[in-house]
Amino acid sequence: MTQKIIVKGKVTGKALKSNQPINFLGTIDKKTGEIIDKKHDLYGKKIKDSILVFPNGIGSSVGAYTIYSIKSNNVSPLAMVCQKVDLTVASGCALANIPLFILEPDEYDKIKDGDEISLG
Amino acid sequence: MELTREEEKSLNGEHGESLQTAYRILSAVGEATDAEKLVPIHWAHVSGVNYNTIGDAGEEFLANLSKNAKFKVRTTVNPMGYDKDSVEKFGLDENFIQKQESIRKSYGKMGMTPSFSCIPYEIYDLPGEDTQVSFAESNAAIYANSIGHLKTNKESAFSALASAITGKSPYSDLRKDNSPSMSISMKVQDPNELTFGLLGYFAGKVADKSVAISGVKNLDKRCNKSLCASMGTSGSCGKFVLDDNSNASEKVDFDENEMQNVFDELNTADSGDLITLGSPQLGLEEMTDLAVMLKGRSFKKRCLIFCPRTIQEQARSLGYAGQLESAGCELMSDCCTCLTPLVTKKDVDSVTTNSIKGAYYFKNSNGLDVNLKPLSEIVSDETS
Repeated sequence: MTQKIIVKGKVTGKALKSNQPINFLGTIDKKTGEIIDKKHDLYGKKIKDSILVFPNGIGSSVGAYTIYSIKSNNVSPLAMVCQKVDLTVASGCALANIPLFILEPDEYDKIKDGDEISLG
Repeated sequence: MELTREEEKSLNGEHGESLQTAYRILSAVGEATDAEKLVPIHWAHVSGVNYNTIGDAGEEFLANLSKNAKFKVRTTVNPMGYDKDSVEKFGLDENFIQKQESIRKSYGKMGMTPSFSCIPYEIYDLPGEDTQVSFAESNAAIYANSIGHLKTNKESAFSALASAITGKSPYSDLRKDNSPSMSISMKVQDPNELTFGLLGYFAGKVADKSVAISGVKNLDKRCNKSLCASMGTSGSCGKFVLDDNSNASEKVDFDENEMQNVFDELNTADSGDLITLGSPQLGLEEMTDLAVMLKGRSFKKRCLIFCPRTIQEQARSLGYAGQLESAGCELMSDCCTCLTPLVTKKDVDSVTTNSIKGAYYFKNSNGLDVNLKPLSEIVSDETS
């Protein structure tokens, strides 16, 4: 079911699913792991210990540091699942060692927010 | 992705920890983008210089990395958090200044060219057509591909840093060839730089890796930069081509309605307590142009202008910096509108700017309201 494993890992957890792409810089508070963009569909949610499922990363190249920071600050998700890859999420997860999976479209669509899922 | 024996050794840590880290990043990016190999790059431009954006974790990472890592190719750097010459005017705390200094030193140890600019394409000569570079700053990557005829992916802070240390990047996506799969038809009449900013933000949301734009002829510097910066903010698209005859399969219109939608998303105030110009930082052409527009006029409120240090020096020797200051502008170098720690809720509620990119981050990162206007209106409304 996994199309690609960008950063390896074995995880089980609750899906926190967004229908919107994420610009990690400006959308996520790097100290608390909270979604702070009022226009985002996950506004107010905390990503800590979730399996963060979202279409793809967008925007700032510095978002990679946000991904590294949330890991260092112990507020990171257990893993990330995307529909398509972008360099910011791939490199941020690689450095932070956060498992990153790209799923086939039908598998991606099957995941519902709040589902318990296992990957890896 | 195939690695050479030497690259493989580096990935396994045989050439030290920092090279291993760099190759780990390049491998992940290579896998992600289906690259078959790494290719040499000739210039890296890294982001992740401003303490306001990378924080303590970033500062510590760079301090650690710089113990061993050295840049292998010319590496220019993005703006940092402040201009040393005027830092005392803004009441930043000692911790911020200390951490920012540490970041500057780390990049210095690794061998940066201290540009502290998001417009490297305006302050350095560009290498020949199709030269592979690695630009992280999103407006610079899009500019390099679309106008500078260079080749880069829309790199992340880490992928460009890894390229700076290794001199290599995965050969994929825009580095190879990427014909646009979408064409956007520009239907808005009499566009100015704000219109192109709104178009870029729209394009970034709907397009994939590259996009064709029809109905647009020659763009001036200000419009080009506005388009590049906003496109980089809203999406992952890294290139545009102006082409009225694109054979892209998907066609989309950008009309008054679409423009209004983007405007309403980003414009949240009718006026600003402060004006900022320069996200991306202003180049010499924009500075001289502005000096002419401001002749005999003076700003009624504070107006911050962000530009690279070399540009400020040139503008000063040509007399334009003095003219801008006489009109009430404060010139700031080494830092940028975008993600600045210098404009906060403590002092102002809203900001007037012509930058879509600036607006996005003022809203989301600084928590401020934004009043968007083209430069011509800013000058007519805010000066007397």
